[in-house]
Amino acid sequence: MTETRLHSLQDDQGPSSPGRDIWDQFKTHRGAVLGLGFFIFIILAVAFGPYLWGIDGQFIDIRARNQGPSLLHPLGTDQLGRDTLARLLVGGRVSLSVGIVAMVLSLFLGTLIGVVAGFFSWIDGLLMRLTDLFLALPLLPLLLVIIMLFRDTLRTAFGPETGIFILIVFVIGITSWMQAARIVRGDVLALKEQEFVLASRSVGTPSRRMITRHILPNILSPILVSATLGIANAIITESVLSFLGLGFPSDFPTWGRLLFDSTDYLQQYPERVIWPGLAISLTVLSVNYIGDGLRDALDPRIRGR
Amino acid sequence: MFNYTIRRLLLAVPTLLLISFLIFLLLDLAPSDPTANLPLTIPPEVREKIRISLGLGEAFHIRFLLWCKQFFYNETLNILEQWWGWDFGGDRLRVLSWQTRSPVVDTIVQRIPQTLWVVGMSYVVGILIAVPIGIVSAYKQYSWFDQVGTFVSMVGYSVPTFFTGVLVIVIFSVWLGWFPSIYDTTLVVNDWSSFVQQVKQMIMPVSVLALYNAAQISRFMRASMLDNLNQDYVRTARAKGIRERSVILVHVLRNSLIPVVTVIALGVPQVFGGAIITEQVFKVNGLGQLLIIAIQAGDVPTVQTLTFIFAVLIVFFNLIADVLYGILDPRIRYD
Repeated sequence: MTETRLHSLQDDQGPSSPGRDIWDQFKTHRGAVLGLGFFIFIILAVAFGPYLWGIDGQFIDIRARNQGPSLLHPLGTDQLGRDTLARLLVGGRVSLSVGIVAMVLSLFLGTLIGVVAGFFSWIDGLLMRLTDLFLALPLLPLLLVIIMLFRDTLRTAFGPETGIFILIVFVIGITSWMQAARIVRGDVLALKEQEFVLASRSVGTPSRRMITRHILPNILSPILVSATLGIANAIITESVLSFLGLGFPSDFPTWGRLLFDSTDYLQQYPERVIWPGLAISLTVLSVNYIGDGLRDALDPRIRGR
Repeated sequence: MFNYTIRRLLLAVPTLLLISFLIFLLLDLAPSDPTANLPLTIPPEVREKIRISLGLGEAFHIRFLLWCKQFFYNETLNILEQWWGWDFGGDRLRVLSWQTRSPVVDTIVQRIPQTLWVVGMSYVVGILIAVPIGIVSAYKQYSWFDQVGTFVSMVGYSVPTFFTGVLVIVIFSVWLGWFPSIYDTTLVVNDWSSFVQQVKQMIMPVSVLALYNAAQISRFMRASMLDNLNQDYVRTARAKGIRERSVILVHVLRNSLIPVVTVIALGVPQVFGGAIITEQVFKVNGLGQLLIIAIQAGDVPTVQTLTFIFAVLIVFFNLIADVLYGILDPRIRYD
């Protein structure tokens, strides 16, 4: 998401444009560049890896079960003889798409509520009380409760995989928009007092166009930073749910689910938990580093130094 | 300050009532039947009687008010009776679990010590690690210690506790065999050997959670120290000839601890939430495990009560954080 934007900014704008400055500052953060590289690698791997690797993650070869690493199965096989590498690649697809879609949903909600609360002062109090209420809810227990209770209904409505996907993305989205809404509201409140907004208002710009033309482009940087943190948060939440046995069904692997299934064989094959765990941890670490670098790069006070 | 605290406390009451109502509504909306897991040989009219005996015969709002009365009034009287030996008399209906048919509050009271030992200890250990690391990292900014500390805190922040937990089990229980992988809550500490055993079984869960907490707190500590180190009063203190150690440990540290203390207070409820996972990994039978089992069994009263207690913790510690901020920093006045 963020890296494509940065690349396009770098390509189509001149040498002293703000996009170029941001990219130059971003490049000086070694961890962020490494994280960006790793994140692109992971996205490419899970997007094209299953086609290149050729072994089906669902293919059960019971005679080749519980194998260690070999040339045929570089990461070994599980208790049903399914190839771990293939399952890891397919699982990554689900984990990353849950992360990205849930992040988009929560950012959309957060930006919408933040902008509306900041721009229209008559509804500000109500929306902020709503945000406070959501912040006071015990989120993880509620997530577990919602998923446990509505799982079967959605499964029958949309099929086992799509139903759970919709449920998890929706639940993560509606429980993680509060931070973004608060940050966006604060920025909108500050922007609203600036002269260019006053000038724009004095020539009769309607509120809707004012928001899309003047407010949204100026609050892009906190939104981008929240986006990276949102992906990390959503990936971890999904794997927590899967790890507690309340996520995707077991024949539909995600990284959290693979880790959960491997803990049953912890005594015999302890190496099996390492691969999915490493995949989650490294992805989240790289996304957090990108967020760190982006925050520094988008902050004009730091960029000047 | 006092007025502010009273106002916030009064505001907390409707907030908590609203939250408990939302939780109740959510649980009630769910299409789950508590008698679904009973044997199919039970005739329908008996099944209906079971439902009524669970209190499901009444309308929604009556059940909610009943829960409120049982939880807020009856259980409070019970606690007063137990603590001070008073006798209010009368037979009060308590919040009963659908799984065990025993009072939910009693089960929770049984589970609290395990959670508090593991979670509370890990939070204290995390703070004790994080504060010195934050101080040194900020004082020697961009040194190798700072680089390593920042990296470790980034890793501790990014790696989920269910992976670190499983990882330490693999390393220290499976490969090295130093510590037991399952937390034994029936262990009674009465002599040296059982004390050693208790310490052994606590090391892994406590260190896993402590690493996670320390990672977050040390980042705040470092940022807060950095903010204060460039202030004018630090230069004044140095110019007066105060020793560097007391400049850092007395003047700067005290001021930079103000935001960190509020962050620590705000983090307490989240720690209880995060403990759900750690308790599941190490099989500690604390509050988190109780919640998971109750959710899986569709035990609505237990889930309702536990979730509500988590909500109370969040609201209460938010209040504590705000009040502490006002007490510690005289520049902040709420009135």
